Amino acid sequence: MPRTGPAKADRCRARLYKLPRLFGSQAHRARPGELHPIRKKKMSNLIEIRDLRVAFDGVAVLHGIDLDVAPGEALGLVGESGCGKSVTWLAALGLLPDKAHITGSVRLETQELSGAPRQALERIRGGRIAMIFQDPSSALNPVIRVGRQICEALKLHRRLTGAAAKTEALRLMDLVGIPDARNRFDLYTHEFSGGQAQRLMIAIALAGEPDLLIADEPTTALDATIQAQILDLLVTLRREMAMAMVFISHDLAAVSQVCERVCVMYAGKIVEQGPVTQLFNAPRHPYTRGLFDAIPRLTGPRQRLIPIPGTVPDPRHLPDGCPFSPRCARVQSFCTTQRPDLLPQPDGRQLACAYPVPLAPIAKNTAQKQKIYQ
Amino acid sequence: MTALLEADSLVRIYETRRGLLARPTPVRAVDGVSLQVAAGETLGVVGESGSGKSTLGRMLLGIDAAQDGAVRIGGKPMPAFGSPDWRALRARIQMIYQDPLSALDRRLGIADQLREPLEIHQIGTTNDRNQRVHDVMHSVGLRPDQADKFPHELSGGQRQRVVIARALMTDPDLLVCDEPVSALDVSIQAQVVNLLADLQREKGLGMVFISHDLKVVRNLCDRVAVMYLGRIVEEGSADEIFAYPKHPYTQALVSSVPQPGRALTRRIILQGEPPDPANRPAGCAFHPRCQHAEDICRRDVPQLRKVARDRNAACHLLTPSNAALPLA
Repeated sequence: MPRTGPAKADRCRARLYKLPRLFGSQAHRARPGELHPIRKKKMSNLIEIRDLRVAFDGVAVLHGIDLDVAPGEALGLVGESGCGKSVTWLAALGLLPDKAHITGSVRLETQELSGAPRQALERIRGGRIAMIFQDPSSALNPVIRVGRQICEALKLHRRLTGAAAKTEALRLMDLVGIPDARNRFDLYTHEFSGGQAQRLMIAIALAGEPDLLIADEPTTALDATIQAQILDLLVTLRREMAMAMVFISHDLAAVSQVCERVCVMYAGKIVEQGPVTQLFNAPRHPYTRGLFDAIPRLTGPRQRLIPIPGTVPDPRHLPDGCPFSPRCARVQSFCTTQRPDLLPQPDGRQLACAYPVPLAPIAKNTAQKQKIYQ
Repeated sequence: MTALLEADSLVRIYETRRGLLARPTPVRAVDGVSLQVAAGETLGVVGESGSGKSTLGRMLLGIDAAQDGAVRIGGKPMPAFGSPDWRALRARIQMIYQDPLSALDRRLGIADQLREPLEIHQIGTTNDRNQRVHDVMHSVGLRPDQADKFPHELSGGQRQRVVIARALMTDPDLLVCDEPVSALDVSIQAQVVNLLADLQREKGLGMVFISHDLKVVRNLCDRVAVMYLGRIVEEGSADEIFAYPKHPYTQALVSSVPQPGRALTRRIILQGEPPDPANRPAGCAFHPRCQHAEDICRRDVPQLRKVARDRNAACHLLTPSNAALPLA
């Protein structure tokens, strides 16, 4: 990727705040139990998820997730529907229904969230960790004026009331790019378009000045030009507020533009994890590679698409061994009996595959692509 | 040669009320759209929500009557909705919908659903029909043992295959596909796109492919029409239009598509929202969001005209002699 303006600003900020752009990802390269010297002294992860498992009615849907988010980091979570991307974070925040059986540990700095009392969780949700969802119009309250909904969040998390809350709410509406905020403070959600409703959701999420914003498919329901606006907004906000972000999406391309590090999930497990450029230039797990190959290209010669055969397995009937093996082109007999662990690789990524794709660049026409748009 | 499908300045106006007692306001969902599809050709129709592309699709099938203008199928005018002629014609033109689960009857087995079009159009004997069901299921990649399954027992991609199979039962000349792959995951989407491409090649199907996903459209379509607020703003060959978009709206649309390895910063980020079809701006509908807008854009509605070889655009600032706007 070309070195560009914001990325440069990012690097400066990373130096200023000793943020993890340089060290955070290094830290993940370290072997388990071995911390990066700098990180050991100055940094600790904002969130550490260890062996998180979720089962619904005895059917396991998450099979042990280990995930760290460093302060200020942008992490992408990709995979097809039903891979457990959303469940991971709903479980971490205690938002799953009672019938979900959750084990494992979720730490926010020093505080253990798994099994924490409801009051403790309520202080964290919206305050330290905020979440935005795919469909803004169903996440907002249709019978309460939007201004009041933002003020409610401000009252809960920052104890702001009255004029102070209104001033802050208007500032947030300006910040997320709602034009003419003063006059639209008292409108209802149906009077806003889909893109604007998503901006309002983001404003409410920012009200608690969170350390981490979890964006669950925030642009999937939006039109292409509006999607571009919202992605742009999220990148800007994260930079300005030095906030960590988890971007959950099935759109690899969108993830690559917003995130620094990517986790690819399949059937309730992380199968590949690494810095975004590394995963993009040379995906190793056949599933990651398959996801890339399946994306139609907008430029270059028109080629037949390469789909991944079959579908995501039913969690009730997971295949033996590697869950991707029935769909995998590189499958060997080992794969159908043994489930590979997520292991650190010499090049820094983590990979759960016994026979990974050889290292070879995937997007041969990236250079051409960029030429066209310059 | 007459085109398979010809539409001539189609207009469709809906009336909506804002509030119980308010006077109904006309919404020009489709406003003077003309297009042709040759036999075996695929035309992509792209645009944002509210641009009228789905309404256009329904009008091409005669489900929504045109209030002005005309649709001709193989040179003959479209019969009135519901008439025996129209019903007979529907064997030749079929539709594929976005959400397969709501397009299928969930209480009918797959084979029964697939047989239905043949029964309605009284094609073949019982044996022929069963054979045809078997053949078409094979050609869309469904297994014979899935014939007795119900829609909820299939995955999303398989359901969409059933919808496609059902549309193919009567061996149509033209398919109108309304967002057929938008509800599918990217890996499954590629399966269905490949299937459509194969069918197109093997059976010489004409296709109108309505989608907001430019990447899919480019991979499947020969020609593309870009719609904005009920009008076609640019039209041309798929490869050309995505490589060198000329209309400022198309430029923004193409640039907004996230692509692996392309940084966010070079994109044209459109300001503002897609305007409300009920409250259409004067002049060029795109001018409030257009960075090149001049006085004439606020005053006059631009007409679709030829701006380059095999390229039409509706923009005052694009002329045959000056067919390039600076890319921002």
